[in-house]
Amino acid sequence: MRCWPLAVFLLSGAVASGQIDSTLLRGRATADTSGNRSLNMDAVYRRPFLTFDQVPVSLGGYVEAKAQHIGTDGVSDGLSFALQRMTLFMASSIGPRLRFLTEVELEEGGREIALEFAALDLELHPLFALRGGVIMTPIGAFNQNHDGPKWEFTERPLAAVRMLPATWSNTGFGVHGKRSKGAWTYGYEAYLTNGFDATIISNAEGRTFLPASRDNPDRFTESANGVPLVSAKAAVRHERLGEVGISTMGGVFNQFKADGLTLDRRRRVDVVAIDFNTVSQRWGTSVLGEWAWVVVDVPATYSQQFGTRQRGGFVDIVQPVLRRRVFGFNKAVLNLALRLGHVDHNVGRFKESGTVIGDEVLEIVPGLSFRPVPGTVIRLNYRIERAYDLFRDPPARTGGFQFGVASYF
Amino acid sequence: MRTLGPLMIPLLAGCAAMEPSAPADHELLDGPIAGLSSEELLRFHRGDQAFNEEVFHAGNGLGPVFVATSCGSCHVGDGPGHPFTTLTRFGQADANGNQYLDQGGPQLQHRAVPGVQPESLPVDAPSARFLPPLNTGLGFLDAVPDAEILAWADEFDADGDGISGRPNLLQRKTYSPLRAGSVEVDGLVVGRFGRKASVYDLLQQTASAYNQDIGVVSAFEPLDPYSQEPQDPEVATTTVHDVVFYLRTLKAPVQRDAGRPAVVAGTAVFHAIGCGKCHRADLTTGHSPIAALADRTIHPYTDLLLHHMGPDLDDGYTEGIALPAEWRTPALWGLGLFPASQGGQYYLLHDGRAHSIEEAIGLHGGEGRPARDAFHALPPSDRENLLTFLQSL
Repeated sequence: MRCWPLAVFLLSGAVASGQIDSTLLRGRATADTSGNRSLNMDAVYRRPFLTFDQVPVSLGGYVEAKAQHIGTDGVSDGLSFALQRMTLFMASSIGPRLRFLTEVELEEGGREIALEFAALDLELHPLFALRGGVIMTPIGAFNQNHDGPKWEFTERPLAAVRMLPATWSNTGFGVHGKRSKGAWTYGYEAYLTNGFDATIISNAEGRTFLPASRDNPDRFTESANGVPLVSAKAAVRHERLGEVGISTMGGVFNQFKADGLTLDRRRRVDVVAIDFNTVSQRWGTSVLGEWAWVVVDVPATYSQQFGTRQRGGFVDIVQPVLRRRVFGFNKAVLNLALRLGHVDHNVGRFKESGTVIGDEVLEIVPGLSFRPVPGTVIRLNYRIERAYDLFRDPPARTGGFQFGVASYF
Repeated sequence: MRTLGPLMIPLLAGCAAMEPSAPADHELLDGPIAGLSSEELLRFHRGDQAFNEEVFHAGNGLGPVFVATSCGSCHVGDGPGHPFTTLTRFGQADANGNQYLDQGGPQLQHRAVPGVQPESLPVDAPSARFLPPLNTGLGFLDAVPDAEILAWADEFDADGDGISGRPNLLQRKTYSPLRAGSVEVDGLVVGRFGRKASVYDLLQQTASAYNQDIGVVSAFEPLDPYSQEPQDPEVATTTVHDVVFYLRTLKAPVQRDAGRPAVVAGTAVFHAIGCGKCHRADLTTGHSPIAALADRTIHPYTDLLLHHMGPDLDDGYTEGIALPAEWRTPALWGLGLFPASQGGQYYLLHDGRAHSIEEAIGLHGGEGRPARDAFHALPPSDRENLLTFLQSL
């Protein structure tokens, strides 16, 4: 099948991106008023916001759309278009050290509307700020730093959305802090929030699947079992070397009591992740990645189809190859990009055969991206995906082109 | 950017060509038979979705005790199963029926949703483990007339060839319609599916599998295997029928390298040492409401009869009138592709105990013993050709 419409879409996107009337924007700022250098965990506050004269509120958002021609083992889905998500965010500086920020996301053309962030921050000290509301859990790099225009790929990393539940946010309270000293910046976050529920091991995916809990709308208003999810992250950045973070979240996922009756023992889900990012001073090459381990207390009498251990992650390598004036954009950048990702949904061996349990997926995504301005990206990827079934039979081979645009507005 | 546009357009124009190609038809076990109408293909697709995509969980009817969470998890790629999905049947040692029905028989549901205890095997109950069988070509086997199967039966070995196959005769489930041309013997019908040929048709097989394997209640099998109480259906009747249609219209495995000299030579060896007396190469289908199945010559390498396979394969458990050492001749078509759905290795015979074709042959006893001994006496080249032939199926 020919896909000339994709080419037209590509060209129209390129033209459209050049039509923004920047005089409409009164000003661009970020909501991070701490004065410290930023860490990955500050992503929600380091977005470009529009500010208005005489109005204490700044607004922002981004839109992300794609076209793709992709198929698996000779079965092509043909050419399809998708508005992946449109997100609106609003920040308000209520006082000198009191601010509010919210993010509402419309996914899948508006079919899914999610409140991803709605938190009030009160900074008592740079190293001790209170945060309450709907909080984006600080796990790995991607969950808090998921805005489409920041990435050179049309799809989110598989490990972030098929193993970890990005974007995972929940209602709760906690503290965070950050400090810069010399070339170093360090920060931490720690929260108590509502957590996961039993759908992580009882779902239509037929595997241990943390994102299943995202479908529970009640998680914003009540805990599934009365035990909070504890999440925490610590990160350190050096101006020249880059940033390393270690994060964790864990809690009870099952309903172990009902009406005072004990139904089961408390079963935990625990996640540990490390993330890193750096930019080569010499070449401008940026490398960003995360790797996570998941441990779930699956009942032994259930099925080994539901993994007790998972692991996975991704690394994105982006190399700018052109920085010059293009189509009137003074600082346009053309990047070569490569994503390598892996998810093992079920780490272990079958009790019955002693053979390794499969249920793995591998992604390799080379791509090109063009940034006419820093907040807008036009990207072309070729997705290579290999999905292994539970028994590790020959994998399902997926491949195809993906073209997308994403931009802050 | 001046060079980017001209580069991208031809790239995108050829994007379909740059997607992964389909594996060759003869490398796959799944896929529909040729000659289905568009309406039949649509129904095949619905059945495919229900069979391979619908995963049951506590919220939509799984269990509470079960063996597997979906049809497709036991029959990956419509191939045979894996030790992980092997099920255990128990409670019947002879033709007098199952004595453990009140203790969870005939099938052990050894897994359970959280909060529920699974079944355990009663002490001293006779039992056997059953590897999920191959799905492909089932519609053709279903369309073989009873008369053809019965024509090969030779219960008392009247012809003196050492082979004495017989049908497993059973009570037909009330929901299973009588097959066209069905032969009844003393009010009993000829079973042809399952390791012991204890299943009459694919509707019984499907409804029973939903119930006993997944713990899902249907209009056909309304008793919950955990509580033994009738429940509202957890799978729609139309879905069950769509799955039956899917199973009936899965293609027969396609032989590979049929003209290769080693395969041709191996075919001759196969028949010369007597394998083909039970693993019959040619069967003919009769009438079928699905035109693409009717009046075809097929090559499944089975006679659909029970044969006594000796003490090594006597697990002490049986179904219907079959003796514990009697097993229905398994079809050999698709044999060479089994590892592609079994994690890259062979799990053969009724419970997957054999990890190679040679090992499976070596475990043949009883009526299969002469062929086994002949196989062991073959010169290495003939043995190699025979194995090459079997892997081509």
